[in-house]
Amino acid sequence: MEKGKGVMGSGRRWAVDFSDNSTAPSSRDIPDPLGFNRASVDQDDSTVSRQKKDAESNWKAQKAWEVAQAPFKNLLMMGFMMWMAGNTVHLFSIGITFSALWQPISALQGVGKVFEPYKDSKVELLGPKLLFIALNLGGLALGVWKLNTLGLLPTHASDWVSSLPPAQEVEYSGGGIPL
Amino acid sequence: MAITYPIFLFLIFSSLVPILSLYEDQVGLTDWHQQYIGKVKQAVFHTHKTGRKRVVVSTELNVIATLDLRRGEIFWRHVLGSNDAVDGMDIALGKYVITLSSEGRVLRAWNLPDGQMVWESSLHGPKHSKSLLLMTNLIIERNNVVVIFSNGRLHAVSCVDGEVLWNKDFEAESLEVQQVIQPAGSNFVYIVGFAASSQFEMYQINARNGELLKHENAAFSGGFSGQVSLVSSETLVALDSTGLILLVISFHEGKISIQHTPISNLVEDAPGPAVIIPSSTMGLFAIRMNAVTIFIRVRGKGMLEVAEKVNRETTIGNALSISEGQQVFALVQHAGRDIRLTVKLAHDWDDDLLKESIKMDQQRGLVHKVFLNNYVRTDRSHGFRALIVMEDHSLLLLQQGTIVWSREDGLASIIDVTTSELPVERAGVSVAKFELNLFEWLKGHMLKLKGTLMLASPEDIAAIQYMRLQSSEKSKMTRDHNGFRKLIIVLTRAGKLFALHTGDGRIVWSRLLQSLCKSEACQHPIGLYLCPWQVPHHHALNENPFVLVVGRCFQSPDALGVLSFVDSYTGKELSSSNLDHSIARVIPLPFTDSTEQRLHLLIDADKKAHFYPKTPEAIGIVRREFSNIYWYSVEDDNGIIKGYALKSKCNSNVADKFCFDASELWSIVLPSESEKIIATVTRKLNEAVHTQAKLIAADQDVMYKYISRNLLFVATVAPKASCEIGSITPEESWLVIYLIDTVTGRVLHRMTHHGSQGPVEAVFSENWVVYHYFNLRAHRYEMSVIEIYDQSRADNKDVWKLVVGKHNLTSPISSYSRSEVVTKSQSYFFTHSLKAIDVTSTAKGITSKQLLIGTIGDQVLALDKRFLDPRRSANPTQVEREEGIIPLTDSLPIIPQSYITHNLRVEGLQGIITVPAKLESTTLVFAYGLDLFFTHFAPTRTYDSLTEEFSYALLLITIVALVAAIFVTWVLSRRKELQDRWR
Repeated sequence: MEKGKGVMGSGRRWAVDFSDNSTAPSSRDIPDPLGFNRASVDQDDSTVSRQKKDAESNWKAQKAWEVAQAPFKNLLMMGFMMWMAGNTVHLFSIGITFSALWQPISALQGVGKVFEPYKDSKVELLGPKLLFIALNLGGLALGVWKLNTLGLLPTHASDWVSSLPPAQEVEYSGGGIPL
Repeated sequence: MAITYPIFLFLIFSSLVPILSLYEDQVGLTDWHQQYIGKVKQAVFHTHKTGRKRVVVSTELNVIATLDLRRGEIFWRHVLGSNDAVDGMDIALGKYVITLSSEGRVLRAWNLPDGQMVWESSLHGPKHSKSLLLMTNLIIERNNVVVIFSNGRLHAVSCVDGEVLWNKDFEAESLEVQQVIQPAGSNFVYIVGFAASSQFEMYQINARNGELLKHENAAFSGGFSGQVSLVSSETLVALDSTGLILLVISFHEGKISIQHTPISNLVEDAPGPAVIIPSSTMGLFAIRMNAVTIFIRVRGKGMLEVAEKVNRETTIGNALSISEGQQVFALVQHAGRDIRLTVKLAHDWDDDLLKESIKMDQQRGLVHKVFLNNYVRTDRSHGFRALIVMEDHSLLLLQQGTIVWSREDGLASIIDVTTSELPVERAGVSVAKFELNLFEWLKGHMLKLKGTLMLASPEDIAAIQYMRLQSSEKSKMTRDHNGFRKLIIVLTRAGKLFALHTGDGRIVWSRLLQSLCKSEACQHPIGLYLCPWQVPHHHALNENPFVLVVGRCFQSPDALGVLSFVDSYTGKELSSSNLDHSIARVIPLPFTDSTEQRLHLLIDADKKAHFYPKTPEAIGIVRREFSNIYWYSVEDDNGIIKGYALKSKCNSNVADKFCFDASELWSIVLPSESEKIIATVTRKLNEAVHTQAKLIAADQDVMYKYISRNLLFVATVAPKASCEIGSITPEESWLVIYLIDTVTGRVLHRMTHHGSQGPVEAVFSENWVVYHYFNLRAHRYEMSVIEIYDQSRADNKDVWKLVVGKHNLTSPISSYSRSEVVTKSQSYFFTHSLKAIDVTSTAKGITSKQLLIGTIGDQVLALDKRFLDPRRSANPTQVEREEGIIPLTDSLPIIPQSYITHNLRVEGLQGIITVPAKLESTTLVFAYGLDLFFTHFAPTRTYDSLTEEFSYALLLITIVALVAAIFVTWVLSRRKELQDRWR
């Protein structure tokens, strides 16, 4: 790509852009080739391209829904993995749990990016996005639930009390058997 | 199946419990062991034969040992029981050490080279008497005979097998035996003594068969007193009952003649009654009047003549025959900083065979005993060596005007122990001589690396081991940030303070306390107690810490007290004071003044409270905390425990604003016919507790520990059961334990163990007590644990309240709030009987605890506290197992690897002290008795530091290699990329 650019910048003397479909005559001093009618191209292709665009937007919408539902499969797999990992704290279960927490979070951070290719004025992306967010939140909840079953969430009194130092005593007493 | 189940359990067990053993090459890295024998009572040299020259000693701590005469090392040593004191000792046939012990009841022969016991015979007699041992040169049926007078009976025992050849009773006569004498070359012995204190008795007995040859007596109206001195084989010198008249008693050929000479005839200005210094020097004896020692010669027919009057402190050694008819004896005198050793011939006072002046450390005090020995030089003249015992119980060998070796045997009788920090490392503090240079450091690490990579030759391994043992790090005189280097300060029975370095056990300083030395005001001072007095922290770091030594003038509860303040860096005695009141208890208070001096409350025998230090600031603190200071007394002889509060200033005639009267608040009177107090124990003052909650993982529950410094554990037994085990039946024996709040006198818990008896050893830590006793029904020792929980805090379980801090768990509590407590307890069998018990203590109290048990075999065993957990059950659930609860077994396991003294013994173990290091995982353990043992101990391994074996060089090399590899691959990848672009 870069090499081509370099060549085009300096090597090529002229070029015709066939995709230039502006109706106005070329701004350049070179006249249009003979038989080339700028207006007619536009007229002929309009219906075809509209159909094409409809199909494309349909496809995009469909794809967006698919993408939005993708975390569901992930969710199922995560659930299976968690079940496999068991309820004791060890390297495997911690790894699974943290990946289960991390995946939805990173996915939620990149919600815009995931639906970028399907961005279209005609495509309603709100629905898929909501579904995607909901499913990922579900995944997150699953992760948190797993964290809790592992006993890593401070939800018990014991988690808050264990760091408290013993209470001071008001009185002091000493003594014992005579020396 | 029945067998596999316990095996399976055992496997689970062993995987749960951390094994605390160490490898062979780790011995001596952090631990040290020192062996002592105590103050020498009697010494016999064995230097006749070629081979190793040695001296056999018996000590006041019932030790028989042989020492190397070259270095003073112990060849072998036997510690007899506490009621088996050695009365007499000698060497027989050049190969047996014969000892008479246990008040003349036990006679033993030990093999001199290796210390194995050859034979033992028990000698019985009709009545109690002085025990005397006499080695005769008599041979009966090819047996050498030793003659023993003990318990009113004369025995002749064969040296070879200990068989009693004959014996003769002296039951009928009320004889107080003084001497057993065998005149040289004869085959009879004289038994001389006093009867009815005014009659001199002499028996002549045929040593071959015990036949009485002659019995004479002579009365002397003035009576006899004290000891006798033998001036020839048929003459002795005694004093009359007033101590003013010298009696020369001759019993030549059975005829007794008594000649009296008043001391005033010999010495013009006789200051008062005299005492005889017992000796057996031919023709010479010594008496002491006040501080004056007078040597008196005996000339012919009872003529006495003063040889010399000595005003200085003088000690007289034993008489020693160097050749036929020639006897020598040793004199040791103090002259300023030196001691003067003189060896004189017995019959010629004016001639000195040897006169040496030896520079002596002032901290050793006076010479107490001298034992003289001679050797023949190459030019056939006589050389002398002297073994001297000093006031601080140390033992020194003097030869040719120098101290050949010295042994600090005062460390065998430790009264109390405390620890002190070392100085902070500063520019001013020189540690240079311990520092290594960089090259040596690198060399050391290269060696270590070789060891790690298994490339080291045996010499290298030896060098590595030597380097590890001699690591300069551990013996520096400054603080380290792991807190391993400290000073252990010990107070010995001789009144001497020693500071030992924890790194290698060397003596940093030692000081014979002037306040604990005999003086006019204080005749028999004894040390009682040692505690830190001033421990500078943050703002006062430049000051030296001090320790307080508490003593009293003589062994009686109402004797006047003595205080001494000693600098723990230098050992200088800052000040000492003879108090005008007695000391019954010393209570360190939890308050310090602005110079970090800890306030102490001294209770005297009249139950008056005296505050120290006597400064206005201290009295200000006392006034502020006046109503919160309580104290209690345990009167174990009549079974009363009383609690007191401070009331008002003393209304004695002397105005003393630091003295307060006490008012009695409560008392617990135990019925004296059924209960006798045998043990009390409280928590350590400086113990750190990390948390007040005990988590129960099974149901995510929390229990609140009842943590109070004011708890007292008291154990009582039936009065009949306070004697030895086995003397009473289980039905009439019980053990009752109490947990008492010492502020209010409230009994929190009481429990009775029927059919059990003492002795009880207990340890109290956090909210639990572990105690050890004997179960008569099961015929086994048992250990029990009690844990105390605070029920009134148990409803603090709302998480949200705890999150936002709306709880009262950290607010100060008072003993008067009468919180509800619950206790849990459990008992287990235990194989050993105990000598001491303690628990590990760490800096923050986070590390789980292990009990340190001083076993009857004089070893220290570590036992995980989890074995003594009242929540143990036969089948713990999975969650409980994960929490670390061990399935219940009826007895506590003794895992051989968890002896922290590994293969060593701390003979005569008395106590175990644990001191936290700064490193949370580690505690410093010091066990003392006759021997001293110190080690680092990590109850749950050193989880917070790299181990000693960690190879920093390997780590460094790995990092360097990785960096190099990264650099090389980066260069390579650059080159490859460039090539790709050119393509």
